[in-house]
Amino acid sequence: MDVLNALVAFANFVFVPGLAYGAQLALGALGVTLIYGILRFSNFAHGDTMAFGTALTIIGTNVLLGLGITFGPLPTALLALPFGIGATVLLVLLIDWLVYKFYRDQKAAPVILVIVSMGVMFVMNGIVRFVIGVDDIRFADGERFIITARDFRNMTGLDEGLAIKTTQAITVVVAFVVVAILFWFLNKTRTGKSMRAFSDNEDLALLSGINPDWVVKVTWMIVAALATTAGVLYGLDKSFKAFTYFQLLLPIFAASIVGGLGNPLGAIAGGFVIAFSEVTITYAWKKVLTYLLPDSLAPDGLVQLMSTDYKFAVSFAILIVVLLFKPTGLFKGQSV
Amino acid sequence: MNPLVKNSLLFALVGVLILGTGIVQGWNSALLILNMGLVSAVMALGVNLQWGFAGLFNIGVMGFVALGGLATVLVAMPPVTEAWAVGGLRVVGGLLLGAATIVAAVMAQKRLRGRNKIIGTLAIMIGGFFLFRAVFDGGVQAIEAVNPAVSGNIGGLGLPILLSWPVGGLLAAGAAWIIGKTALGLRSDYLAIATLGIAEIIIAVLKNEDWLARGVKNVIGLPRPVPYEVDLQRDPGFVERAASIGLDPVTASTLYTKIGYAILFTIVLLILLWMAQMALKSPWGRMMRAIRDNEVAAEAMGKDVTARHLQIFILGSAICGIAGAMMTTLDGQLTPGTYQPLRFTFLVWVMVIVGGSGNNFGAVLGGFLIWWLWVQVEPLGLGLMNILASGLEDGSATKDAMIASAAHMRLLTMGLVLLFVLRFSPKGLIPER
Repeated sequence: MDVLNALVAFANFVFVPGLAYGAQLALGALGVTLIYGILRFSNFAHGDTMAFGTALTIIGTNVLLGLGITFGPLPTALLALPFGIGATVLLVLLIDWLVYKFYRDQKAAPVILVIVSMGVMFVMNGIVRFVIGVDDIRFADGERFIITARDFRNMTGLDEGLAIKTTQAITVVVAFVVVAILFWFLNKTRTGKSMRAFSDNEDLALLSGINPDWVVKVTWMIVAALATTAGVLYGLDKSFKAFTYFQLLLPIFAASIVGGLGNPLGAIAGGFVIAFSEVTITYAWKKVLTYLLPDSLAPDGLVQLMSTDYKFAVSFAILIVVLLFKPTGLFKGQSV
Repeated sequence: MNPLVKNSLLFALVGVLILGTGIVQGWNSALLILNMGLVSAVMALGVNLQWGFAGLFNIGVMGFVALGGLATVLVAMPPVTEAWAVGGLRVVGGLLLGAATIVAAVMAQKRLRGRNKIIGTLAIMIGGFFLFRAVFDGGVQAIEAVNPAVSGNIGGLGLPILLSWPVGGLLAAGAAWIIGKTALGLRSDYLAIATLGIAEIIIAVLKNEDWLARGVKNVIGLPRPVPYEVDLQRDPGFVERAASIGLDPVTASTLYTKIGYAILFTIVLLILLWMAQMALKSPWGRMMRAIRDNEVAAEAMGKDVTARHLQIFILGSAICGIAGAMMTTLDGQLTPGTYQPLRFTFLVWVMVIVGGSGNNFGAVLGGFLIWWLWVQVEPLGLGLMNILASGLEDGSATKDAMIASAAHMRLLTMGLVLLFVLRFSPKGLIPER
């Protein structure tokens, strides 16, 4: 019984939150890794792209709610998601045309593009503030839980409860669907194959008649869709705040580098590695250990390896270790 | 146009902008902008050393600036003797244990071979971590329990605050050494992300380690290198002199202290600028630029690229640390919650790029110009919006929205300035010679 209780506590506080957070990071890291593979620079504006997509989705949600349209037990934001994606696609295509294209034609060094993306980051951050302000916004509606801790306890007779939030389940399901579509696209369609070819060897791809402009456009569209989805899922699960999204940049970069920059499979693996390490290292294990250990050995303190405020340090430490010992990442980087 | 004339005109423009601020908005605001402009110029010098001279992409400026801020507390605040008595030894011992663990792990990593290497390193790390926590935590609890409303930390050394400026530089240099040792061999965008991460961690430590500098409870009332306004106003001699030039004592005292800071900051800036100029002109500076432009060729000439990179990374970070200590001295308080990457890292980058990377005078100019813009964008934006919305009815929703949006003009303007400079004048206002 105690072992079961420990397992449930573990699932409730570590596994389920970690799974949802990992899925959100994986979607974000996929965007970073695609940009790196095709356009060959680290996009510092990615966090703000996520924020912009989420902000537009929130506005769409408010419009829908104003019209009296809801999505039943599911969050209305999912209905507004296509609108958010559409707006973000338009914005990134516009920015690419106005800003990045010039440097691409010049064949500028990657580090120049990184600095340019810093400028874009400022601009997008400003736009998000214009659009929605700086406040903390919660926009999840519909059913809050699929199963609450009390229901679970009543059902199973255990002491520990397992609560699964609707948003957590939605995150995992949506992420799974999106990733499946993305991999189908990259592996089966003509455009997807030309994207992979372009990422592997640009000159050879150009030689075989692949249109680089089209590849770049499609990449931006996919990245905008991924970023908006990741942002909305994160916002539904926690809350929306422009500054938090900017800070997500670090775990997202860590995830894509740990997995191997340019490798979509790696980005997903990296997302879960980072998420689970953050959650396990900052979780207070007292409860689980009390169930597992005999009473005499039960811990006095919280048995928390690090306080939650140091979660950046966790992703950073993993990042450094991977970079030092396996610089191309867990999966071989730079090959879409 | 002759570059000398052009540069003089650009600096004259900054002077006019600050004087104009003084005439329109009052001399106190102008001096505030001048003081923070001087600090920003020092930060820009540091980043220019790393990026302009050596092409190192450091976006962890915020962390080094915050370490400089920490130095002011550790140097200038009076020591809390009670806290030292109850937990000082344990905390110091814990920190030493932690450092010893890392050194031992690195040694094991280098010495051991095969499977022993991984197992040995991991065992040392895990064992060391728990040992560290066991010793350290008790000390921290004891210290934080000492009079938590006022102190709850170890305090400082009670030395003059001016001493904290070089100490801030040393702290930042130490951190830069650790980062450089691990991350400098990596590709440029990896170094960028590594520095970004370190900066966030330094801020997290400042916010959470209450025993060190009170965390988010802030340290206020830092000692000052210039006299307090209240003391000046009580001094009859000062009041008399103020009256003789036609100023009331309150205004005179605030101006006096601000001018005092401005003089101190100018001295630091001039010394650093002179040193940076000398370095740039020396064989060392030429070697740095040669390494930046072609690492392989420089290596073929027998230059130790990694060692030179580490050297300049430490120097640049130290300058940022000095600037951080100066800034906290000016504020008179350490508030870890206010350190934000957009303001302390990316804004400094805008300064360097706009001013002209690779040119020290450019960095200084960028520091002043961008800081002025950063401060003035809000009032200017508000004025602009008021003019644009003047045709609308008072209290209409559109007008309110337009006026409210002026508050968010800063980031947008900075981004646009950066993008325009990169596009149309990528060498900046004062290009590298």
